[in-house]
Amino acid sequence: MQTQEPKRILLQGNEAIALGALDAGLNFFAGYPITPSTEIAEILARELPKRGGVFIQMEDEIASISAIIGASIAGSKVMTATSGPGFSLMLEGMGYAKITETPCVVVNVMRGGPSTGLPTSPSQSDIMQARWGNHGDAPAIVLYPDSVLESYQLTIRAINLAEKYRTCVVLLTDEVLGHMRRAVTLPKINPGRIIHRIKPNVPPEWYKHYEDITKYRTPVASFGEGYRFHVTGLSHDQYGFPTNKAEETKAMMTRLKKKITHHIDDLVQVEAFEMEDARVAIFAAGISSRSAKAAIKMARKSGRKIGLLRPLTIWPFPDDAVKKYLRDMKAIIVPELNQGQLSLELKRVLGNKKTRKIIELQRYDGNTISPAEILEIIKEVH
Amino acid sequence: MKSIPLKRIHKFLRHKKKFPHVWCAGCSNGIVLGATIRAIADMGYEKDNIAMVSGIGCSSRMPVYVDFNTLHTLHGRAIAYATGVKLAKPNMEVIVVTGDGDATAIGGNHLIHAARRNINITVILVNNYIYGMTGGQYSPTTPLNDLSSTTPYGNMDPTFDICELAMGAGASFVARTSAYHVVEMQSFIKQAFEHKGFSLIEIISACPVIYGRMNKKGTAPEMMMWMKKNIIPNKAYEKLEPEEQESKISRGVLRKIEKPEYVEQYSKLITSLQPKEEKSEPKDSTAKRAEGEKNDNK
Repeated sequence: MQTQEPKRILLQGNEAIALGALDAGLNFFAGYPITPSTEIAEILARELPKRGGVFIQMEDEIASISAIIGASIAGSKVMTATSGPGFSLMLEGMGYAKITETPCVVVNVMRGGPSTGLPTSPSQSDIMQARWGNHGDAPAIVLYPDSVLESYQLTIRAINLAEKYRTCVVLLTDEVLGHMRRAVTLPKINPGRIIHRIKPNVPPEWYKHYEDITKYRTPVASFGEGYRFHVTGLSHDQYGFPTNKAEETKAMMTRLKKKITHHIDDLVQVEAFEMEDARVAIFAAGISSRSAKAAIKMARKSGRKIGLLRPLTIWPFPDDAVKKYLRDMKAIIVPELNQGQLSLELKRVLGNKKTRKIIELQRYDGNTISPAEILEIIKEVH
Repeated sequence: MKSIPLKRIHKFLRHKKKFPHVWCAGCSNGIVLGATIRAIADMGYEKDNIAMVSGIGCSSRMPVYVDFNTLHTLHGRAIAYATGVKLAKPNMEVIVVTGDGDATAIGGNHLIHAARRNINITVILVNNYIYGMTGGQYSPTTPLNDLSSTTPYGNMDPTFDICELAMGAGASFVARTSAYHVVEMQSFIKQAFEHKGFSLIEIISACPVIYGRMNKKGTAPEMMMWMKKNIIPNKAYEKLEPEEQESKISRGVLRKIEKPEYVEQYSKLITSLQPKEEKSEPKDSTAKRAEGEKNDNK
């Protein structure tokens, strides 16, 4: 992205998400108040009508996800924002968006759980829920920034990916990232980088809402454009009509799966920080990776060769990058604000033999992991 | 335009692929579908401009059979999805088809809040007193002491009066009729389409295969005759003594009032927020639609 007309502004993580959404062309937001995500709704309530868009505060999170899916089917770029309890309520709707291939973005500003938990404290405990929360096999694209600037950038990317892959994309962030203020310079957005749906140009009787071709960016019609298609949460054929035929159901399910598995390179992003000569690595995302970077800088001063692998895309999990960077490490430290969700996935990828090399550093008491805590472990293993 | 009944079927139904339908013999859903289509034909709506949204249940299967923009959503959520469709495309006619369980149990929250907002959607609520699709469990409208598969000793839950509920929540058009009163049904649906604001038509329907069988209500025609006898015009109902009212159900347009409509209010807000010199040409298509331009259906 170009950085002409740089303007340095003081911005909160949640504000950056709202601005990113607007710059990505958001024109419909439905939400329900929940700490610590509320600022996103507040800003969009103020800004969307100015730009001709719609903000509506619905009666609950279920209604919010329902309204954005309805608006998306009618042609809008849509988003909602919530935290753990609301995210749990939205899961059925997110599954509906996935099976009906309706673009939408759900922001989850993670707080301590389960249940009401710690509403004003950070957590990273919805990582697995964001992947496996839906009932049924469902694809998942989940992004997780680590800074105010990246909150802005990944919101744009989330909306782009939702439109491109016609699915529900989740943007995970956490209470500290959401409320952290930083002076940032927002890059100038190249309009060519904003993805819009391709409109069909076939006669209505030829139109298939779910054409089974390998290309993920198929033309897609919206309601009110003359195509009169059917959308259902039931298993459906290429036209969208319900089916219980085995071959049609299989084709639909395979299509949902392949949308992800055939485009791993486009979907997965990681940051390798100080990994060139590293002998010990940290694997962390979001707020925990900020502490990790601070710890690495301190450790490097005393000559310790340590680096960080950070997934920007949590799901699909960056299997290849994990194998490439972490397989030969002497030790892998996994600091996370939960009881071992990232490390579990790491063990799956690296296999049993490497499991003993994984050092888990978990906090689930509402506090972040400090650089000093990570540094202590670095000193033990390096 | 002179109307020819057969042509309507050809015009509005997805007859090629989607029939036979899933409904049981004697079910009233087909009658409601017929009346809805005739009301749509009377209004002269373009098919492209109609969105029919439903939840889960027997009546909610209706959208698949009609050649509109059709959206079969999650159990209870039809009105919330419809709210999104209507706000995104304010010029579309948004019709919700739902049932007693779908709209007043799992979806009760969405029903009352859409009524409160007075958003311009038409809800056709088919009340068959039971969850038919899952095999006959009791719903919020199953009469007291009636049998269902989950009230084997008789229903002890007091019931909702759906129309009272909608009116209490702020709906600006509320009507009730039955599957027997089919001409009135068509008229009420048409009046609901003409009305600007949240409209709800409760249609009491016959489920002879499940509710009727469990409660010995007789055959489908017998259930129809019961409706004819016991579902009486509102004026006659109001003249009855309270104890006489207990065995009868009123029908008619129970409320029709003018109130600010939600989408129109929001469109006004959008227009008021545009910079003055740009008022003739707002930035986004939503605002253009708010000013009544008709390009979005091309």
